[in-house]
Amino acid sequence: MAESECMTKAQEAEKSEPMLGARILLECLKKEGVDEIFGYPGGVVLHIYDELYKCDFIKHYLVRHEQAAIHAAEGYARATGKVGVAITTSGPGATNAITGIANAYLDGYPIVVITGQVSVDLIGNDAFQEADIVGITRSCCKHNYLVKDLKDLPRIVKEAFHIAKTGKPGPVVIDLPKNITTAKMKFKYPEKLDLPGYNPTYEGHPRQILNALKLLYDAKKPVIISGGGVVAAGASQEITELARYLHIPVANTLMGIGTFPADDRLSLGMLGMHGNYWANLAVSNCDVLLAVGTRFNDRITGCLKKFCPDAKVIHIDIDPCSISKNVPVDIPIVGDAKKILSAMLIQAQKKEHQINVELKDKWFAQIDEWRSKRAMLTVKSDKIAPQTVIQKIYDITKDIEPIICTEVGQHQMWTAQLYKFNKPRQFLTSGGLGTMGFGFPAAVGAAVAKKDKVVIDIAGDGSIQMNIQELMTCVDYNLNVKVFIINNGYLGMVRQWQEKMYNKHYSQTHISSPDYVKLAEAYGALGIRVEREEDIEPAIRKAIEHNGPVFVDFVVEPFEMVYPWVLAGDPIDKVLLSNTNTDEE
Amino acid sequence: MKHTLSVLVQNESGVLSSLSELFSGRGYNIESLTVAPTIDNEYSRVTIVTSGDEKVIEQICKQLHRLIYTLKVAEIFPENSVTRELVLLKVTAKDEDRSEILRIAEIFEAKIVDVSPKTYTLQIVGDQSKVQSIIELLRPVGIKEIVRSGLVAITKESQFMVNGK
Repeated sequence: MAESECMTKAQEAEKSEPMLGARILLECLKKEGVDEIFGYPGGVVLHIYDELYKCDFIKHYLVRHEQAAIHAAEGYARATGKVGVAITTSGPGATNAITGIANAYLDGYPIVVITGQVSVDLIGNDAFQEADIVGITRSCCKHNYLVKDLKDLPRIVKEAFHIAKTGKPGPVVIDLPKNITTAKMKFKYPEKLDLPGYNPTYEGHPRQILNALKLLYDAKKPVIISGGGVVAAGASQEITELARYLHIPVANTLMGIGTFPADDRLSLGMLGMHGNYWANLAVSNCDVLLAVGTRFNDRITGCLKKFCPDAKVIHIDIDPCSISKNVPVDIPIVGDAKKILSAMLIQAQKKEHQINVELKDKWFAQIDEWRSKRAMLTVKSDKIAPQTVIQKIYDITKDIEPIICTEVGQHQMWTAQLYKFNKPRQFLTSGGLGTMGFGFPAAVGAAVAKKDKVVIDIAGDGSIQMNIQELMTCVDYNLNVKVFIINNGYLGMVRQWQEKMYNKHYSQTHISSPDYVKLAEAYGALGIRVEREEDIEPAIRKAIEHNGPVFVDFVVEPFEMVYPWVLAGDPIDKVLLSNTNTDEE
Repeated sequence: MKHTLSVLVQNESGVLSSLSELFSGRGYNIESLTVAPTIDNEYSRVTIVTSGDEKVIEQICKQLHRLIYTLKVAEIFPENSVTRELVLLKVTAKDEDRSEILRIAEIFEAKIVDVSPKTYTLQIVGDQSKVQSIIELLRPVGIKEIVRSGLVAITKESQFMVNGK
């Protein structure tokens, strides 16, 4: 006891002594509650890695490519709601990070990326491994810093974490020159922030909240769209309660999946280009639309002019830029979705206004009629239908509530359509940037964050080959990541467009794969191949039961297509349900 | 339609590039852009002349405001502001044109800031219509070179004050 007291005193004394900039960085991270980071070492960050070597409060996960470090940090952030942290060296290390940074920016997840930089006196000299990363990342991050003086470092780290996780969350880049990490000073973490230009609005305008409620009370055909902002705000409980209280059906954007329970009677599921027929029809025909935490991306709205033409639009978003950017808004409410929705709920529960349940029932009956129209399989084949695999993954794993990551393409849409999520932060997918190669490293991050969870990456044979090197990371740390490859031998989504719109010219979309079973084994993981329908279930069960990373290669029908499908530029009620049936209501 | 935006920013390195990159990255136009410190050296005033419909201008203002170092974004309207631009004009001055050039300069209160046997250089300060007029008038004489500062703007104080309010 006395000994350990001595130790702490000694440690404190050590802290008041001047410290290396590299050590100060780690102390700052500790102050921000960071204990796990992802990264890849290199020349200018050697001092930081030397301090990491001596440090017992931060565990560093070594990936195999810097892009994967950033995606892993984002996967970590998505699964936990905390800020993910990644570190790379300068030059190529930092430029490899760009896709990851842009991905977090478009989907709005909080990460702090520390990139090494050449010493301040070498900047601009085209030094070895120099790249102007502050310039390069300016348009794809929420904010960035070049640290020119060690005394600024603690303030910058504090600001970076604050900016990353508040307002609309996003990536913040700290470019850290080598000489800053080797300089010394006494460490003191600032207590207060001084950011006069950064004041996100949190409280919604009370008058606007009342106006919005009035519209919703009297609406005959109301719909709620719940987007990714609801995940960020942690407002899924509030939106669920409000929807149930007011009897309003809820459609999810791709990013908003899980914010409203998919098995609820009011759930319409996903809307948009590959959304449910009835979700698209309900939104197109609604008279009042309450949109929460969505920027009305073109994949959601289709032809903008014909998007919910008869509706009064209420838009809740923390980012004023999202409001009236694409869809003109009648009642904008800028602020935190959780606060605004709970204010709405409290107001509604005062029962100053009668909710006409009869009118709403009529609307539900109409929607239920639309519900009968479902997408059909497009190909008769003795091969496995890819949709069957997703369905079986759902059936087998739904009770253990795994974290599901995806890559980008057909498999991603099938997962979004067929896997029923009841909770947020369970479905991690690249929606805005559409980054192939996101899912596997994101799964690494999620598996690090949630060690008690099974993490599944549903991948395509194209996407998985974009960051396949991370299998070694999974094996090294024995991460519980199961990769289910929907292997159709094509870049399926692009092929699907070629089939429909480019006269079946399958230009460069036929893609070959290695033997995934042997590959998995070569990395030291378990590999399974499935070619017959009856083997799907045992393979999934075996993968889940196996302790450690697994690749399952599902060889599926190559020409199956994702339906429902709204062609780019069409209004979202012009839904194709199969190759032959066009439905234009 | 032209719009003038006045933006107050923190005087940090990289502010100007984030601002101008916002315009290029999102496909907005910059007609002119001036920047200089305010009375407090910690802040700078940026005056941007841009074009676009109401919706675009609204987006530009919001996007500018989203930048971390931006404190204030305001659109400056002609009816309640004073706008000025400084222009240096080098014109060909043949013997037969010299007196005409001086006459035009006098009308527009332009200064002759450099004289050579073959040229005059004029300095004009004014709002955009005044600047445009003198340019058009001197064009037939032969403008060799033109350098414009870009527009700066300041809002007018209310002219009808009610009891010190």
